[in-house]
Amino acid sequence: MDVVLHQVLAGLATGGIYASLALALVMIYQATHLVNFAQGEIAMFTTYIAWSLVNAGVPYWPAFGITVAVAFALGILIERVVIRPVENAPVLAVVVVFIALLVILNSVAGWIYTYTIKSFPSPFPKEPLFGIRYMSPHELGAIGVTLLVLAALYAFFRFTPLGLAMRAAAQNPQSSRLVGIRVGWMLALGWGLAAAVGAVAGMMVAPIVYLDPNMMGGILLYAFAAALVGGIDSPMGAVIGGFAVGVLENLLGAFVIGNELKLTVALALIIGVLLVRPSGFFGKVHVTRV
Amino acid sequence: MKRNVLLIAILLIIACALPFVVSNYRTFQLTLVMVYATALLGLNILTGYNGQISLGHGAFYALGAYCAAILMDQAGAPYWATVPVAAAVCLVAGFLFGLPALRLEGLYLALATFALGVAMPQLLKYDHLAKWTGGVQGIVIAKPEAPFGLPLNADQWLYFFTLAITVAMFVLAWNLLRGRIGRALVAIRDQHIAAEAMGIDSALYKSAAFGVSAMYTGVAGALSAIAIQYVAPDSFNIFVSIVFLVGIVVGGLASISGALYGALFIQFVPNLADEISKAAPWAIFGVFMIGFVYLMPTGVAGAIRLLLAKRRSSP
Repeated sequence: MDVVLHQVLAGLATGGIYASLALALVMIYQATHLVNFAQGEIAMFTTYIAWSLVNAGVPYWPAFGITVAVAFALGILIERVVIRPVENAPVLAVVVVFIALLVILNSVAGWIYTYTIKSFPSPFPKEPLFGIRYMSPHELGAIGVTLLVLAALYAFFRFTPLGLAMRAAAQNPQSSRLVGIRVGWMLALGWGLAAAVGAVAGMMVAPIVYLDPNMMGGILLYAFAAALVGGIDSPMGAVIGGFAVGVLENLLGAFVIGNELKLTVALALIIGVLLVRPSGFFGKVHVTRV
Repeated sequence: MKRNVLLIAILLIIACALPFVVSNYRTFQLTLVMVYATALLGLNILTGYNGQISLGHGAFYALGAYCAAILMDQAGAPYWATVPVAAAVCLVAGFLFGLPALRLEGLYLALATFALGVAMPQLLKYDHLAKWTGGVQGIVIAKPEAPFGLPLNADQWLYFFTLAITVAMFVLAWNLLRGRIGRALVAIRDQHIAAEAMGIDSALYKSAAFGVSAMYTGVAGALSAIAIQYVAPDSFNIFVSIVFLVGIVVGGLASISGALYGALFIQFVPNLADEISKAAPWAIFGVFMIGFVYLMPTGVAGAIRLLLAKRRSSP
C-alpha cells in the first residue's frame, strides 16, 4: 500500500507540472483557438535563462522572478512579431509557424548552452518537510508553487478589470473591440502570461528531469494529453487533467507497463480522448455551422 | 506539355549520368535526395493535396525502414523484396491510423500525429520487441552489390535502384493526382461539405489518402535503411517528421515537383550549415519555415510556376 501511495503522491507532483503547462496551452487556445506546439520550448528556453542567472550568482528567488518577467516579455514579443502575421491564415500555416518556433528555440538553446545535460537547483530544503516521508521536499514545493500560480491566475481573471477584458476579448473579439478593449494587445498579454506560467513549470520540472534542450518533448506531450482530458477550452479541466494524467502515468509506469512506454501512454490518451470525447471532461461541446 | 516531357527527359538523362561524374559520397547523398523526395511526395499527397496535417510521418518512415531491416536481418530476404513489403505494411498501417484521424480536423490531427511522432522511438526500443528490432542498438544490414555483373560499384547500383523506384513512385503519384482521385482530394481539402454533396466519399478518400501517403513514406524509409545500412530508434525521433514538414513547405505544398526541391533543400542545406554549428541547421530550417509561410506560401515550386507564367504573359 505504501508503494501505491508513494506513486500516487509522486504522480501528483509531476501532475502539477503538467497542469501548469496544460494551463498555458489552454490560455492560448481560449484566446486564439490555436494549440501552441512551441509552449514546451518556450518553457525550456526560459529555464535556461534562470540557470544562467543562478550560475551568475543571483539568489534563487530573485532569479525566479526575473525569469518569469523575461518569459512574459518573450511571450508578448513572439505574439507581436511571429504570430500576428498569420492570425487569419489557414491552420496549416499556423502549425508550420509553431513548429518553426519550436525548432528555432530548441536549436538556439542548443547553440548557446550546448546539448550537455545540466543540473538545475531546487529552491526547497533537502530535509523532509513537515515530517512527510512519502514525498521529497521538491515534489511538495512544486505542488505548492503550482497551486499558488493557479490561485493567482484565477484571482487575476476573476477579480481584475484587465482579467475581465482578456476574457471578453477571448470570448467575443468583435463586441470587445466595440466597447474599447484593445483585442490585439489582450492576445499578446495572454501569450505573455502563458509563457510566464510555462517558465514556472520549466523551473519546477528541471530539478527532476535535468536541463537539456530536448527536456520538454515528453512533458509537452503529457501537457497536451492533460489539456485534452480536461477539455482544451477549460482552465479548470486542464488543471484536474494535469494531476490526473500525472498520477495515471506514474501508476501505469510503476505497475503495468514499465517506464519504457510512458510516451506511448500519452499517445494513447491523446488519441483515445480525441476519439471518444473530443471536448474532454470539462470542455464545451463544439458545434460548427455549415 | 511537350516542353515538360522534354524537360523531364533531360532531367532523367542528367540523373543517369551523374553517378559517373561525381564522387561515391556525392552519389550516396543524391540517393538520399531521392529517398527524401519520395517521402515528401507522400506527405504532400496527405497534407498538400488533402489538407490533413501530419506531424508524425517520421513514424511511417521508421516503420518502412524497420520492415526492410527486419526482413533482411531475420528472414534473410533480398533487399529488393523488402520494398514492396514495406509499402504494403505502411499502406495498411496508414489506412488504419487514417480511420480515427477522420474524426480529427486541422489542429487536432496535427496533435495526434505529433504524439505519434514523439512516441515512435520509445516503441521501437520496447523490450518485448527487441528480439526483432534490436532494441536501442538497432540493426545493421549489408550493402547490396550490383547484380548480373554490371560494371557499377555498390553506391552507383544503389543510386540506380533508388532512381528506378523513385521515378516509378512519381509517375504513380502524377497519374493518381491529375485524375478523378486527385480532384476529389483537393475538393475535400478546400470544401469538404461541398465535396460530399457532389458525391465524394470523404471518409474513404481521406483514409485512403492517409494510407497512400504512409505507403510512399514507408517505401522511402525502406530505401533509406538499405542505403544507410543501419536503423536505430533514435534516428527516427520527432525531428524526422519535422524535416519532412520543412521539405514540403519549402518545396511547395500540393505540387509534385515541389517534393524534389524540398528534398534537395533538406539534404544539402544542413550540410552547408553544419560548418557553423551543430544547432545551426535547425535554426535555419526554422527561419526558412517562417519565411516561406510569410513570403512564399506556395514554396519553390510555386515561385517557379509564377515566374514562368510571367514570362509567358509578357512577350
